[in-house]
Amino acid sequence: MEDRTKIKIKDLNLSIGKQKILKDINLEIPEKKITVILGPSGCGKTTLLKSLNRLTDLYPDMRVSGNIMIDNVDILHTNEDITLLRQKMGLLSQRPYPLPMNIYNNVAFGLRISGRKKKRYLDKRVEHYLKMANLWDEVKDRLKDPASALSIGQQQRLCLARGLAVDPDIILADEPTSALDPISSEAIEKKFVELKQQYTIVMVTHVLRQARRIADYVVFMYLGEIIEQGTASEVFDNPKQDMTKQYLKGSFN
Amino acid sequence: MRKFRHIEEKFFRVLMFLSTSIIVISLSVIIFSILHKGLPSLSWEMISQTPKGGFYFGKEGGILNAIVGSLYLAIASTILALIIGLPVALMMNVHLVKYKKLVDSIRFFLDLLWGVPSIVYGAFGFSVMIYFGLKTSLLAGILTVTLFIIPIMVRAMDEVLKTIPRGLMETAMSLGSTSSEISYRIYLRQVISGLITAVLLSFGRAIGDAASVLFTTGYTDHIPTALNQPTATLPLAIFFQLSSPIPEVQNRAYASALILTIIILFISILSRIFSQKYQKNRIKN
Repeated sequence: MEDRTKIKIKDLNLSIGKQKILKDINLEIPEKKITVILGPSGCGKTTLLKSLNRLTDLYPDMRVSGNIMIDNVDILHTNEDITLLRQKMGLLSQRPYPLPMNIYNNVAFGLRISGRKKKRYLDKRVEHYLKMANLWDEVKDRLKDPASALSIGQQQRLCLARGLAVDPDIILADEPTSALDPISSEAIEKKFVELKQQYTIVMVTHVLRQARRIADYVVFMYLGEIIEQGTASEVFDNPKQDMTKQYLKGSFN
Repeated sequence: MRKFRHIEEKFFRVLMFLSTSIIVISLSVIIFSILHKGLPSLSWEMISQTPKGGFYFGKEGGILNAIVGSLYLAIASTILALIIGLPVALMMNVHLVKYKKLVDSIRFFLDLLWGVPSIVYGAFGFSVMIYFGLKTSLLAGILTVTLFIIPIMVRAMDEVLKTIPRGLMETAMSLGSTSSEISYRIYLRQVISGLITAVLLSFGRAIGDAASVLFTTGYTDHIPTALNQPTATLPLAIFFQLSSPIPEVQNRAYASALILTIIILFISILSRIFSQKYQKNRIKN
């Protein structure tokens, strides 16, 4: 990989109780590209994504070992404030979880908790990020409405705006389009392609066609292990492993 | 086989209908008897005056002392229990989310405490009062009732907080929130209506309980003016009036019960109104 490495995972192992979820993961994720983690359900894709911003802290009996280096900081063994590390990564989950407050405050929340509270500044930032997520025109007249009143597709874009507002370097997306209709999905995909100019994007999906459309790099996982990784053309057009070939043919899901 | 399934279906339908009817009928009988016996004795004097001629024999005057006493007691102990209980419930569901076993054992002990009869709390409060040489007083009652309703309030709030999807916490975490920000800025908004219900449930228990205040607040004909004075409460007013040998005083017990019921009804309606009002920002599952 000639691109600069943003995230470097070394010997990552993760288990819940006696069950191993991730086995010896070694992975380099390049900066300002879309890296797609591909694989059948239950292969540990989501867990891998969550370990990148240490959401694994929330689960009982979850044991993590190995190193995850982000900009040369080992986030699993650092003394740095974990909340600041998490702010460097925006998260889009399978279904949108807007915060229980109005649209404006959803976007302003991350800014407020990091100490930026001046109204004029917030107004400007909220508008900027809502525009960035292509939501501004739809909500500019009802910023004070509860976020739960938006459609699912709009909520997902709101979550994107909210995630971008804390000014991350990395966007983690966990099947961000799985709950959305085709039109909203396409909007999110297009946005991702635009956003990779500025952000490192890691996306989990099990939709093969989606991966083909937007991936620069592809990681194929199966049962907690990385089977194959490489650039999109390498993995899609010239897969080396039998397992990958079968998966791409659609033999299993 | 098909026939058996139909019989089974009918059997359980009838069973459910019967149990529903038993509950509805017994509730109606209770309300009817309170109204029937209480309404004739209920008068403006009853709620605007303190007793004349003693609570035990007096046919004149009212139970203003017990109404005011009960409200003082229930409001103060609900506020105290809220101040202690809310952080406990939030801590169990946000800060300690990784320590499932610890939280489960906290829940177990709270459930035990919930199950302890209120007379035991009363006896405990009483023994502490003796240790410190205190007399029956409003303060002792407030503290005892607070202890008594804390487990109820914490577990009721805990059950509401448990319904919040894990994804909301992950989302908030990834925005860089601390556990306390998640608790007080997000979770609180999400479940505020459920929390109000929990608080009012505890209030209902506080105002309706007789055993925990029997030894601790005592009883008096006067409206308390300080925390160290003994205080009358509605459940005890009902108890003393019912045990009076005079039929008129006994009927007054039903009027007191009616007043207590109306207060609780009023609280329930309030809780409905409030919980609907704060529902609008809630994220649906």
